[in-house]
Amino acid sequence: MAVLEVRGLAKHFGDFKALKGIDLTTREGEFLTIVGPSGCGKTTLMRLIAGLETPTAGDVVLDGKVITSLPPRARNIAMVFQSYALYPHMSVADNIAFPLKARGVPRSEQAQLIRWAAGALGIENLLHRRPARLSGGEKQKVALARAIVRKPALFIFDEPLSSLDAQVRALARAELRQLHERTGVTTVYVTHDQIEAVGLGDRVAVMQAGALRQIGAPQELYNEPANTFVAGFIGTPPMNLLTRGDLIIGFRPEDALPRAAMAKSKDASQEAVAFQVNVARIEFLGSEWLAYGSIDGAFENARVLCRLRQEAVGMVKVGDVQDFVVSSSRLRFFDRTTGLRTVPAATCAPAQEAVSEVNGKVRM
Amino acid sequence: MKNDKTLGAVRKRKALPKPYPPTGIADRDGVVGTLMLAPAVLYVVALVAVPFFLAIALSVSDATVGDPAIHHFVGLANFIDVMRESAFLLALRNSVIVTLATLVLLTVLTIILVELLARPFPGKRFAEILIILPWAMPAALAAVGWLWLLDSEFSPIDWVLRSVGLLGPGTALGPANNLYYLGREWLGLGAIVVINVWRTLPLSAIIVLAGRTAIPNELFEQAALDGAGYFRVLFRITLPALGILLTVAILFTVLVIFGDMTVVALTTRGGPGYTTEVLPYWAYLKGIQGGALSQGAAVALFLFPVLLAASILVLRMAYRREEA
Repeated sequence: MAVLEVRGLAKHFGDFKALKGIDLTTREGEFLTIVGPSGCGKTTLMRLIAGLETPTAGDVVLDGKVITSLPPRARNIAMVFQSYALYPHMSVADNIAFPLKARGVPRSEQAQLIRWAAGALGIENLLHRRPARLSGGEKQKVALARAIVRKPALFIFDEPLSSLDAQVRALARAELRQLHERTGVTTVYVTHDQIEAVGLGDRVAVMQAGALRQIGAPQELYNEPANTFVAGFIGTPPMNLLTRGDLIIGFRPEDALPRAAMAKSKDASQEAVAFQVNVARIEFLGSEWLAYGSIDGAFENARVLCRLRQEAVGMVKVGDVQDFVVSSSRLRFFDRTTGLRTVPAATCAPAQEAVSEVNGKVRM
Repeated sequence: MKNDKTLGAVRKRKALPKPYPPTGIADRDGVVGTLMLAPAVLYVVALVAVPFFLAIALSVSDATVGDPAIHHFVGLANFIDVMRESAFLLALRNSVIVTLATLVLLTVLTIILVELLARPFPGKRFAEILIILPWAMPAALAAVGWLWLLDSEFSPIDWVLRSVGLLGPGTALGPANNLYYLGREWLGLGAIVVINVWRTLPLSAIIVLAGRTAIPNELFEQAALDGAGYFRVLFRITLPALGILLTVAILFTVLVIFGDMTVVALTTRGGPGYTTEVLPYWAYLKGIQGGALSQGAAVALFLFPVLLAASILVLRMAYRREEA
């Protein structure tokens, strides 16, 4: 089990700063996902860790050893590319054997390790096939087998699921997680899909514009976003963000309830804040409904999304101005200029007033 | 009023196109196909098939340049006569040696060149232009250059060797002041091979370079992460990926070299004696210069089985690549 540490890692391509000094430390045997929109530098970060690029500044440390200047083949890191990068002219068995041969593992041991890796991924029956004859899911398994066969200190995954179709992807996600539990190898997993990141990772690191915005457990990121970027990026649909004076007020779509529904819920005893929402559209999502609306007045027609449970749908009509209530403990406040999280509502009276001024504070 | 007018115009225009546009000869695939193929077929028949069968007919006749009509069938007499000549064995040997040596040297140099050109380095564009130059150079100009380089008295190579003390009386390559590249059997053959490689390297390098740049970069990165060193990557990733393209490019070049007489004709002319003679040039000497048209045709036909085998190999590889 290894610990990966990244110290002040920066990478500039000419004038473009792809990475602006990243500090990051994994835990032993952790599954860390790195998520961010395209172009945020997550792939660059991974290529720097793997040694495929040379950093402009900073260091990569694996298990206490600085590996910044080592070539990729001297780092004990296995990487699975988005395209899987299987060697097209080799059989599946030869693909899996390649890293062993390159490291001079004895032949008898090779066969044993190949069998183990193929068994772990359930691809024993594919060993004699060429990559061209494999489906997307099978290719991914071969790439994984090739990665685990040499028992690396660190796994790096670069969006390995993005070329699979939706059904296979869900299965592959579960399999990846299972494989991680079985091998226990520290894993860094890069994706642009926040659902994947939150679903897979022990911890999630959110990147934007070459910088790390927040790192933490998925629940932490969801409930306590450190800034407006994370608040808007994690969660589908994202957090509602309303500008009011120097503050940005945020709440999750599922935390806004029609006033009548609030009275029945378990949060009824709590202090709450009401917003008047102009409901424009209601969308059926299966287990729940999504109400699209806007808040007038001081919020300048800010768009909001509210997630409605089945029993609350009857209380909302399209075209109506409806009172929605958010429990005060569910409100998050951010600084308008920096976008950073500021003091919680309970201890911040002006913030509370900022909301109540327009819509009226309600106690139930 | 104005509105009405435009509306009317639109209606009129809409009424014009017929439901089905008329069909013509261009819609009949069979006719179009035949018309398109006809020039190519004509070309092959007139310039490849006819001369080829004419050559076979000539080789079993007693035709000469003075009397090129085919009067008598002489069977394999021409072939037997030709084979009895001492020059034949030398020409056959030299053809094989020159072709094989060119093949080996060309393969190695192509791979080295492609490996170098696949990487970014300052002045790469300029280097690429220099490399393509021999191919773009007119044969006559190239011949002048090479004849001067290999001149028996004024060769700059000799001059360099002399000035570094390798050539001349009492030196390693001495005692003569010149090496007489085109006047000695093995130096002559060596010169022919070098010129052949110089001539064909640009084409094969550019064909193979196209294949090399088509290999996804991730494959090399993956190999590096898998722990492979340079030569393992070269022999286990790059060359197998280039495999068929490399073979086709090289075989194609060799096909040209084996049937080519220009280099020999412009440099050694087969001399001294017949020691650097090759089959195509000998066929030319015998059939055209010597006037024994039928014997020249017989010599040229000795090339045919080799060229045919190489062609079949190239075609089969090309098809295999298509299937893969």
